[in-house]
Amino acid sequence: MSTHENPQDHALVQLIAPDGTPAGDTDVGLKPDELRDLLRMMILARRLDRECMALQRQGELTVYPPFEGQEAAQVGSAYALEPEDFVFPSFRELAAGVVRGVDVVKYLQYHRGIWHGGAYEPLANRFAPICVPVATQIVHAVGWAMGAKLDGLRACSLAYFGDGSASEGDFHEAANLAGVFRAPAVLFCQNNAWAISVRLEEQTAGPIFKRAEGYGFPGVRVDGNDVLAVYAVTKAAADRARAGDGPTLIEAMTYRMGPHSTADDATRYRSSDEVNAWRKRDPIDRYLTYLLAAGVAEEAFVADCEDEAKEWVADIRTAITSVGPPPADELFAFAYADPPEALERDRRSVEESGDG
Amino acid sequence: MAEYTMVAALNAALREAMANDPRALVFGEDVGELGGVFRVTDGLQRDFGRDRVFNTPIAEAGIAGICVGLCLAGWRPIAEMQFDGFSYPALDQVISHIAKYRYRTRGHAEMPIVIRIPSFGGIRGKEHHGESPETYYVHTAGLKVVVPSGALDAYRLLSLAIADPDPVIFLEPKSRYWAKEQGDLAIDGPRIGRAWVRREGGSCSVVAYGAMVSRCLEAADGLVGEGIQCRVVDLRSLVPLDLETLGESVRRTGRVVVVHEAPRTLGMGAEIAARIMEEAFDYLEAPVIRVTGYDVPYPPAALEQRYLPSVERISAAVRRAVSY
Repeated sequence: MSTHENPQDHALVQLIAPDGTPAGDTDVGLKPDELRDLLRMMILARRLDRECMALQRQGELTVYPPFEGQEAAQVGSAYALEPEDFVFPSFRELAAGVVRGVDVVKYLQYHRGIWHGGAYEPLANRFAPICVPVATQIVHAVGWAMGAKLDGLRACSLAYFGDGSASEGDFHEAANLAGVFRAPAVLFCQNNAWAISVRLEEQTAGPIFKRAEGYGFPGVRVDGNDVLAVYAVTKAAADRARAGDGPTLIEAMTYRMGPHSTADDATRYRSSDEVNAWRKRDPIDRYLTYLLAAGVAEEAFVADCEDEAKEWVADIRTAITSVGPPPADELFAFAYADPPEALERDRRSVEESGDG
Repeated sequence: MAEYTMVAALNAALREAMANDPRALVFGEDVGELGGVFRVTDGLQRDFGRDRVFNTPIAEAGIAGICVGLCLAGWRPIAEMQFDGFSYPALDQVISHIAKYRYRTRGHAEMPIVIRIPSFGGIRGKEHHGESPETYYVHTAGLKVVVPSGALDAYRLLSLAIADPDPVIFLEPKSRYWAKEQGDLAIDGPRIGRAWVRREGGSCSVVAYGAMVSRCLEAADGLVGEGIQCRVVDLRSLVPLDLETLGESVRRTGRVVVVHEAPRTLGMGAEIAARIMEEAFDYLEAPVIRVTGYDVPYPPAALEQRYLPSVERISAAVRRAVSY
């Protein structure tokens, strides 16, 4: 039986306990300013996530899938990557995008209904377009990794997906291909306990990370609310991939504090007791407590981060709310590099009608 | 003059693409040592190495999905699906990603992918080995869809498909794989998006693609004795569709018969009939007649010739059109 509530049942990599005390060797090779940067990124990400929820409620975004609770899983893993690595997100990885330097306003154009996939440049950011069909992006990540390996690049791909995605055939095909081709890919599962309203026990009967053995590569389960542990296991997996030793499956045990999306009502399927229990495992509180106790950060730094976040999201709000619809000719502009004549006729007729 | 089977011509196109473009990759089930179940990739792994020509696990969604990642890494994937009926697990990756990726990324990420699929019936195949999947792809914006009817054009179309910046679904009519054609392999000639008039005639236009073209030509020969001259149009390219040649055919003949193996409902015949009305309704002297497979699952070998448009059914349709 797969259990999400008692992840300690299985080998769980944890460096900081939920109360903020060290639970393992916390020297993961990061300098003090980098350790502080992890906290800063999580604070920025959470503030942004809450602002996006507000923007949606105010009608400025269409539907928004919040990631609150998963900041450590996303920030810790994305922070472990190098600029030449390539990230393949699903649709809830805005925090990872922030770490990768993706233009947030261009990203949010997806959620504003301006452009599918976001308006950022995936190749420039090495961050693939937002991907909604569940698990399909894992295969793309493996394909990219196969290509990088053929080129002899010292780089890896990282695919984000959820516990629900691991039930899809594409997860299996991607993992199997990654194993067969020893692709430099990191398959990063954020097991957040819920696939919309379906709990983990209804999704799968065994631990997801253990499936890696069947594909011929290592699998590791990490406390997804422990940013240092997530960083450490992802760094190890990415280093391993870049060194030519093949893929790794990481299962980060975390929790989706909010609804699946703004269109969801999580109170219909889960108790407030459960949510409150996970509030006590909050990734930011935990890391903050650790950093303060370790003397790496002071309260003043935290206050600075909060101020920066406040100003940053205000700027994002101003920018995203002023983004209007794209010009009408973009209806046709990108469908083909070399468009069929019949489509060109349609494009001209729209132009002539002035419907734009 | 040399003589080629379609298999040999396709093999030559792949071989040249691999030699000329170091970013081209050939992969799929059994395409390595075996050369594919139809031997289209014969010898490629030996000549271009296991990095660039490789077997994949039996994973059609995976085969299509890695094409996307390989394109993002700057490669040019030429993938093989083993059979029409086994290509369906890949449809999600094809429809949701390969077709949409360029659009979604505002043109930043191009998908110069070719997916070759041995298709259509007529080889006394088992179930799932005689399907006509073209409408699924034709109906999916962002793809191009081509179907050669003979060896020389198969070489040309595959060469053009590999060079094309857009994703191309390349449907190979299995029943024509071993048919020989004399001539030289050349890329010069009609491009993707252009139909090819295989036979001139003023009585009736007969529009077809793939293996049905040779049946239409045979029907046309037989009708000469009745004083009926058919203009046989080989579409070659289902997307883009050559509206100009279709319109011109209607204006010249006033009568059109469309022939395909796929079931009638929402087959290419429906689209062609509609386009013809939009392009040249005033020139029509008879209703467009469709000769197609029936709206049933593809039948077993013992019944397939009753399902496929026969020379007799095509001829009868032309007579009806001409005498309308």
